[in-house]
Amino acid sequence: MNYPYWAAIALLMLGLYTMIAQANYFKKFIGMTIFQSAIILFFLLTSVKRDATLPVVATPGTPSAAMMNPLPHALMLTAIVVAVATAGVAFAILVRLYATYGSLEEGVIAARVTAEPHEP
Amino acid sequence: MSELVLAGLLVLLGALALVAVSAADLLIAAIALGAYGFALALVWAALGAPDVSFTEAVVGAGATTVFFLAALLRTSRRRSNVPNPQRLVALGAVLAVGLVLLVATRQLPLWGDVGAPPSTHVSPRYLERTLEETLTPNAVTAVVADYRSYDTLIETLVIFTGGLAGWLLLARPR
Repeated sequence: MNYPYWAAIALLMLGLYTMIAQANYFKKFIGMTIFQSAIILFFLLTSVKRDATLPVVATPGTPSAAMMNPLPHALMLTAIVVAVATAGVAFAILVRLYATYGSLEEGVIAARVTAEPHEP
Repeated sequence: MSELVLAGLLVLLGALALVAVSAADLLIAAIALGAYGFALALVWAALGAPDVSFTEAVVGAGATTVFFLAALLRTSRRRSNVPNPQRLVALGAVLAVGLVLLVATRQLPLWGDVGAPPSTHVSPRYLERTLEETLTPNAVTAVVADYRSYDTLIETLVIFTGGLAGWLLLARPR
């Protein structure tokens, strides 16, 4: 049964819907976080081998089928750390947006931008 | 690894995601997102990925929540309740994407299959040779810090760029 993959797809759909349909930028950020975690979940699911243990070679000569695939783990470690860096930049942009427009609603900011196209 | 534990954790994950998405108060949403990050760390542990689990607990659940709360302090907890007129279009698009992905999962190898392509092509080499080549029992550490150490080195550049961008954005103009 491939049901864990369905969970990853459900989270991905929820994140995508939140990013498009919610007007508040913090909510869009939450959607982005859920979207990212769904992709990480998908990759980690591919590393699972049935009846395997952690990718730590405790005794030399352990067959590779007895340990999880370490490659998705290493790549997703990188992805999580990069996600935090992008989250920091996103929050900095949101703080600046709020200081400039006094709102974090997409419609309000879009209306202000079209009304005053050359704001310094 | 118990499959029942994994299924339960996935249900918890979905519930926390729904709370974070639907909460009207953004402070509640931020805390729910932190709890979601912690549930993610538990899922990674259940999937046999302790290194990813530690990282997620520290930076995913910890640092992101702190950043979120710091940003909320300097902005607003409230959000307007005006519904987005495009939400039906969004729902249609998301359902279409989900349907395509769901159909695509039928082509994926069976979950947990030892003979699946990700488990057979290059990854056994890392597991079989890591002890003699890197003297590191943990294959994930060996990949991150030895086989792909340039990747990890340049990753610090990504973090530096992120920090620099945040500093430039938040520094007060003179």
